[in-house]
Amino acid sequence: MTGETTSRPVRGPGPKRRQVLVGLTASMGLGGPLQAAPRTTLTVAAYPLIDEIVKAALPRWQARHPDVDVRVVSRQYADHHTAMTTALSTSVYLPDVMALEASYVGRFSQGAGLEDLSQAPYRVDQLASRFVPYAFEQTLNRRQERVAVPTDIGPGTLLYRHDLLAQAGLTPEDLTPTWEAYVAAGRRIKAATGAYLVGNAQSVKDIVIRSGLKPGEGLYFDKDSRVLVNSPRFARAFELARQVRRDKLDAKVNAWSNEWAEGFRRGTIATDLTGAWMVGQMATWVAPTTKGLWRAAQLPENTFVGYGGTFYAIPRRATAAHKPLAWEFIQLLTLEADLQLAAFKSQDAFPALMATHQDPFFEQPVSFLGGQSARVLWRDAAKRITATQVHKQSNFADEVVGTELDNVMDRGKDISRALADAQRLLERRARR
Amino acid sequence: MTMRLPASLRLSPRWAPYVFVSPFLVLFAVFGVFPLLFSLHLAFQSWEPTSGLGSMEFVGLENFAFALEDEWFWKSLKNTAWLALVSGVPQHLVAIPLAVFIHTSFKRLRDGVMAAYFLPYITSTVAIAIMFSSLFSTDYGLINAALSATLGMEHIDWLGHPDTLKPAVAFIVFWRYIGFNVVLYLAALQTIPKDLYEAATMDGAGRWQQFWCITLPSLRPMIFFGVTLSVIGGLQLFEEPFILTGGKGGIDQSAMTSAVYLYRMAFDFNDFGGASAMSWLLFLVVVVLTWLTNRAFRPRDEQRSGQEAS
Repeated sequence: MTGETTSRPVRGPGPKRRQVLVGLTASMGLGGPLQAAPRTTLTVAAYPLIDEIVKAALPRWQARHPDVDVRVVSRQYADHHTAMTTALSTSVYLPDVMALEASYVGRFSQGAGLEDLSQAPYRVDQLASRFVPYAFEQTLNRRQERVAVPTDIGPGTLLYRHDLLAQAGLTPEDLTPTWEAYVAAGRRIKAATGAYLVGNAQSVKDIVIRSGLKPGEGLYFDKDSRVLVNSPRFARAFELARQVRRDKLDAKVNAWSNEWAEGFRRGTIATDLTGAWMVGQMATWVAPTTKGLWRAAQLPENTFVGYGGTFYAIPRRATAAHKPLAWEFIQLLTLEADLQLAAFKSQDAFPALMATHQDPFFEQPVSFLGGQSARVLWRDAAKRITATQVHKQSNFADEVVGTELDNVMDRGKDISRALADAQRLLERRARR
Repeated sequence: MTMRLPASLRLSPRWAPYVFVSPFLVLFAVFGVFPLLFSLHLAFQSWEPTSGLGSMEFVGLENFAFALEDEWFWKSLKNTAWLALVSGVPQHLVAIPLAVFIHTSFKRLRDGVMAAYFLPYITSTVAIAIMFSSLFSTDYGLINAALSATLGMEHIDWLGHPDTLKPAVAFIVFWRYIGFNVVLYLAALQTIPKDLYEAATMDGAGRWQQFWCITLPSLRPMIFFGVTLSVIGGLQLFEEPFILTGGKGGIDQSAMTSAVYLYRMAFDFNDFGGASAMSWLLFLVVVVLTWLTNRAFRPRDEQRSGQEAS
């Protein structure tokens, strides 16, 4: 199940052998004036698609630094983050640059393992205005350190099957004014076409608890670790999700499962609340045959939420001599507009770099979405997302709240009791 | 032609035994003793792992206190106990008669039958989980198809509902380990002297009496061994529920055993100190229950002397 592939840069006989040769000849006293300085190798750890993006940037890097090779260590998504946790905790096999997914930036920023990029020589705060605001905000930890630089983002969007909507006699405007309207539209879609509104009612709850958050306000905990779960925000999310389940509007499938993908392929799921990158996934493997039937809209009730994203960080205990080079490499990946656009075009990595957002590519029609200029929509959404503070126990809170919602939906548990139970459980953890 | 090593490279007989056993000892020290001691150390620390090893902070018994008051830890212990009982007890209740049946009814085919029962035990857990997820699948699974074809039952969401997930996991564990127990009992059956049965037949004892008065008492040491293994294995149950529920423990954590929970504490919830404390508490439970098993099954002195006298 675990796969680790190490890909060497595409040059010469490989850095190691050459280093050894240089070392050998030097130690034998044969090192003549022709021998160059020993080569440096930067190690970049990444996961699928990000590794491709990094590799695509290598020719430019090699042109600028012919003496610095870059080794891309690529692992599967979960393996990568486990390996990074282990590397940080033991300070062994630390890469010079690590790619991190948004939720892990929050998690790793709790510790002191990542370099504070607000300090000299990085001074990343000078670059603040060049990134999508919420993505840059997310790199700040509780100690006001900047632990990472954003490279791509996942603006939240509502994807819907416009043919199913039409069959039910609905317009896109019927879907989005409020969450209640969204559920009501779901009932009509179900009645007219038999299709479910969403894959799982949990995903409705996941967004509603994130809507209306003020900048800096926490999702489950406030900044003093007070638990926020027993509140109207959660009660409403639970009620909506329960309504969806009661009216049999969700297919009760988990994201990424076979049944879930099958639902999109067969058109038995009419909408998806997701990140903009989902369009690429749909078009390539989830449901390529449904090309042209989907459209994108903003999430209901003007909700703006980020669905993941990728960041680059430098481990604090990485080789000190490599850090300036690592920083330069990160700047290459995150600040050069043409590379960011190329990644957007080839891997659906929505750029965090604002300078790219004026490119004509954004106006171009998206063929999977029936020629809709959806990227303009997502560009607008990206600016309006607010960053949420990640708490150490966020993962646990996710799980507890999800479980209580299951209890409400499947076992008829009272919502106020479910929220009180979740609140109590989280309070015990909040300060651990 | 022999090649003689220079004296300095030759192993002296004094050290040779130690050198020969050292591969095991070195591996055991690295992969056995060290993690054990490290987790004992961790159980008394508060540690943010991504800050490095230097960031540990001694917190005394706080992790243990937290674990004992943690609702989910108790929930996981209850799940573990339930799964250990429901998957463990039938293993033995079925394996003993099955072993006797195989022992008496199959002559040449015996090894083949035994191998068939043993096969699940050596099959990769991942393969098993994939197979059972498709068997238990709500809409396309064979189990639901069979149930609705024969009994006209509605499709059951086996792995998606807390009330059916636990029995499903228990069944897989039962299915997987029964062959192992059958092999244990078959081995023990072969050591029972045939003349005991012959004498009993002469005395007019039926098959049931022979089973009850000869086979079962003779199997007692093996039952003790098998039950001990089931107790230890059941309490540390991890792989099957972990893979079957995607590493989460299922809806309402209904298949989250203690081992799964403490893994998640460390790697999902980032609490290595709490996870270590829980693993030591689980160890205590294993010790106590193993000791109780020992008390229940160990050969009693009067019984042994009684057997000798007869």
